[in-house]
Amino acid sequence: MSKVFEVPLYPYQRSPDQDAATPVRHTVVVVGAGPVGLALAIDLAMQDVPVVVVDENDKVSWGSRAICFAKRPLEILDRLGCGDPMVDKGVVWNLGKVYFDERQVFGFNLLPEEGHKRPAFINLQQYYLEQFLVDRVRELQAEGKPIELRGGSKVLDVSQHDSGAELTIGTPDGPYQISADWVVACDGAASPIRTLLGLEFTGRVFEDNFLIADVVMEADFPTERWFWFDPPFNRGQSALLHKQPDNVWRIDFQLGWDIDREKELKPENIDRRLRAMLGDEISYQLEWSSIYTFQCRRMDRFREGRVLFAGDSAHQVSPFGARGANSGLQDADNLAWKLKLIVDGKSPLTLLDSYDVERVHGADENILNSSRSTDFITPKSEISRIFRDAVLDLSERYEATRPMVNSGRLSVPCTYDGSPLNGPDCAVMPERTRPGSPMVDAPVPGGWLFDRLGSAFHLLTIDAETPEPLPEYGVGCKRLALSTADDPDGYLKQRYLGDAVSGVYLVRPDQHVAARWEAFDEAAVTAALGKAMGR
Amino acid sequence: MTSLNTKANIKAPDEFYAELLAVHEGLSKAESDALNARLILLLANHIGDRQVLSEALQAAARKE
Repeated sequence: MSKVFEVPLYPYQRSPDQDAATPVRHTVVVVGAGPVGLALAIDLAMQDVPVVVVDENDKVSWGSRAICFAKRPLEILDRLGCGDPMVDKGVVWNLGKVYFDERQVFGFNLLPEEGHKRPAFINLQQYYLEQFLVDRVRELQAEGKPIELRGGSKVLDVSQHDSGAELTIGTPDGPYQISADWVVACDGAASPIRTLLGLEFTGRVFEDNFLIADVVMEADFPTERWFWFDPPFNRGQSALLHKQPDNVWRIDFQLGWDIDREKELKPENIDRRLRAMLGDEISYQLEWSSIYTFQCRRMDRFREGRVLFAGDSAHQVSPFGARGANSGLQDADNLAWKLKLIVDGKSPLTLLDSYDVERVHGADENILNSSRSTDFITPKSEISRIFRDAVLDLSERYEATRPMVNSGRLSVPCTYDGSPLNGPDCAVMPERTRPGSPMVDAPVPGGWLFDRLGSAFHLLTIDAETPEPLPEYGVGCKRLALSTADDPDGYLKQRYLGDAVSGVYLVRPDQHVAARWEAFDEAAVTAALGKAMGR
Repeated sequence: MTSLNTKANIKAPDEFYAELLAVHEGLSKAESDALNARLILLLANHIGDRQVLSEALQAAARKE
């Protein structure tokens, strides 16, 4: 039986654009049909912004690649109408164990907070994530939404001017030209668009190699994340074991810097490593293996005129912490509604500068966390190794140093503190929902808060009066009126009111808080909305 | 805010110093380095106060 990643899901088909006398102009062209490009295109199409996705391949991701998806990206996928198949297929996990040498140092429980629709994490192969996104694209096409997915279409050249960009697309039938008002490069860490435009991608290189082996096996290991520092089966290095759906297990061996890649990738050498780790009696099938190195780096800015960069093309982190695909999905989430407002002529182009400010902030946070994890996993000096080992040694006996053990600080969404889009705050309300923060889910009558927020601006009121009907402010702003009378477990109060008796939240289409007050004030809401729209 | 206490604060300092040397007795350089690292981490956790810890790090790193 062929694997999902071996089947062409969007094979090359000749486009009428190839026979046009002059280049056909598109509103948005997304380059790359990975998780970020597909999510962005779905978001735009759902809001009736015409979008064409071009990808040089015609299949979903080869091998599992990204496997760990955090709660916030799952909420984004829910907004895009495809969270359910992901969570239904995914493996939910909360427990982790850390080993040092031959000993278990400690175990941890992510202890997800109650009162959320989605779990803290699921593990899901990237190929499934992409497959469900492609399914969603097909669904939108069936509804007549303006979204096109062109496989076997490689960008050969790009140039831009004040009002758009020109692209040359290579196909099996030869190249053709298209124009675009906006181009979004979601074309990965080796971004050809970035290279074609001659833009810098600088940062820190980590001199290390990691071997990924995804194996299919019937094993009765629990659904936990196991991480080894300096184990007997991989001396001086680290290792990771993590479960994916369909009995696929992610096994990751740190190899060090001076290695022979071809030799390490030979099945007999992978087999030797697996048996040393899991025992001679295991039986398994190797689904995918790969050796990777990584860098922590980002572009100076994520917008270059009419071309925007999202996901790995804009920033790259180490895999520890699951901050790659998760942050890329948050880039898409941040960008879609801004492009929508600009395409509709409701916001000035400068609104896109806030995409750069906010997502650079997110990327820097991810790079910082991921660099720190890497420094713990791969100590860069003798003294750094001495302290690392001391932390692990002590953690076996004392709780004191356990918080310092860093096998990856798992992805959490970033708060856009200091964003130019943020409006007034209300000091007596909880810090976690301050302007710039992602909304926090809560049970509400009939379901979940996030299911009541779509891709529009919302005015969320809790025990607060507003005029009826509330104006839409020209952007389809909706009201969501909730009451603490329907909040038996107190989540709304705890997450949104704090010491305030009532609350009015202006929520952005990406479900981040723009501004908040204790009571409705027409002039204040109008001003904050204008600010959040970059006007 | 507490700041780093740089006044003499240990009763019977000679005994403390002797005890500090005693736990290192017979250890190799690598074992002593590891012990020192564990000691620093335990003491740092006991202090907890980030301001005090930063001041101590700066004071220790300072060279005349």
